Amino acid sequence: MAEASYPEDLKYHAEHDWARIDGDQATFGITWYAQDALGEVVFFDPPEVGASVSKDEAYAEVESVKAVSDVFAPLSGEIVEVNEALADSPEKVNSDPYGEGWMVKVKLTDASEVDELMDVGAYKELLQAGS
Amino acid sequence: MPVQYEGIRQEHVAVRTTAGVFDVSHMGEIETSGPQAEELLQRLLSNDVTKIAERGAQYSVLCREDGGVLDDLFTYRLGPNRFLTVTNASNHEKDLAWFREHAGDLDAEVADAHGRWAMLAVQGPDARAAVEAIAEGELPARMRTAEVRVAGVDCLACGTGYTGEDGVELLTPPDGAPDVWDALLERGVVPVGLGARDTLRLEVCFHLYGNDLSEDRNPIEAGLGWCCKLDTGFIGADALRGTRPDQTLVPFAFTGAGIPRQGNAVRTQHGEGVVTSGSLSPCLELGIGMAYVPVAAAEPGTELEVDVRGKQRTAEVREKPLYRKETSG
Repeated sequence: MAEASYPEDLKYHAEHDWARIDGDQATFGITWYAQDALGEVVFFDPPEVGASVSKDEAYAEVESVKAVSDVFAPLSGEIVEVNEALADSPEKVNSDPYGEGWMVKVKLTDASEVDELMDVGAYKELLQAGS
Repeated sequence: MPVQYEGIRQEHVAVRTTAGVFDVSHMGEIETSGPQAEELLQRLLSNDVTKIAERGAQYSVLCREDGGVLDDLFTYRLGPNRFLTVTNASNHEKDLAWFREHAGDLDAEVADAHGRWAMLAVQGPDARAAVEAIAEGELPARMRTAEVRVAGVDCLACGTGYTGEDGVELLTPPDGAPDVWDALLERGVVPVGLGARDTLRLEVCFHLYGNDLSEDRNPIEAGLGWCCKLDTGFIGADALRGTRPDQTLVPFAFTGAGIPRQGNAVRTQHGEGVVTSGSLSPCLELGIGMAYVPVAAAEPGTELEVDVRGKQRTAEVREKPLYRKETSG
């Protein structure tokens, strides 16, 4: 499993999700903290391409052997791509949560929502406050 | 007992391929002794207690008068008139009260032995060899018990387990358990948590009380008729005599994506059912589980539809066990 890390270039949501913003699109995934709390991911149930997602609402499920967790959208938009590789290798969510473990790509509907997300410093403070 | 030490999947695989140790000291023990100890247990337990040889072991259920299952248990005969019954932790107090309530007119003593025993289950193809290497004395055969010194600690070793693998369960005095645990780990035995305990037992279709067994289900529905000897006249036998259940417990596996979970609704051509245990099978890499379904839908190969949080997943009834060790040659 990867070492604890929180990249500088991402935006973070309090439900332990990240977004990598690229113009009017963003990539979503879950943070190192989230995958560590969940344990070994054995199943990722993605949404359909074309589905709309709303900020702060669940858009997918990840399962460990023991438990099911919702994955929350850090921003609103329409799914334009899902990470098909996770169907066969869901453990990539653990081994590379910010790289090969990405979950969906989304065309954003409200770019101003980005301002409501945390930068890495604020997210690390949230983690420390919680521990 | 933690859910996991290093990871459920790797702990599960360790028990299937080498050896793992579970600290199951939370499980309860009741000691029944005295001239009429056997009569008392024959009254309480569903199986024929007179068939347990000295140093032998037997599985049974404890039923209410109406046949509802209070617990499922292993009983060991330690001497002609001395028995040790292992209870599920969450049922221990209830079982103990039930034992005492029905002992009234018999010359038998019921003692709470939970505080006297810790319990380490060593399971896997290499489990016996690992224990033998630190034991003085011979380990018991399957379904037998023996007093053995392990890592300098006097243990009651039982040839039983909950994984479908070979191995022993070691009952030790509580203050001796850490020495046995440490000695096993030094020999490379892997510590295994509650998560893998559940996936291991589910792959071989062993019941879990609270999931697959409850006071609302009787042992016939649960597929445990084989350990209910109605002629012994145990409490609940009259209610079970001639019962024809509407539903029965079946093992199933998903034929596509998804992982079933306890409480998921099941649809069949013959009516509805419910999942009582579900997980990913680390060995089969499939969603597997057990479900109560209409008796007409219990035949292996029958198609099921399982509602997993709103998504309809396809499954089929399988033979038990769901996982069978590959036998070479």
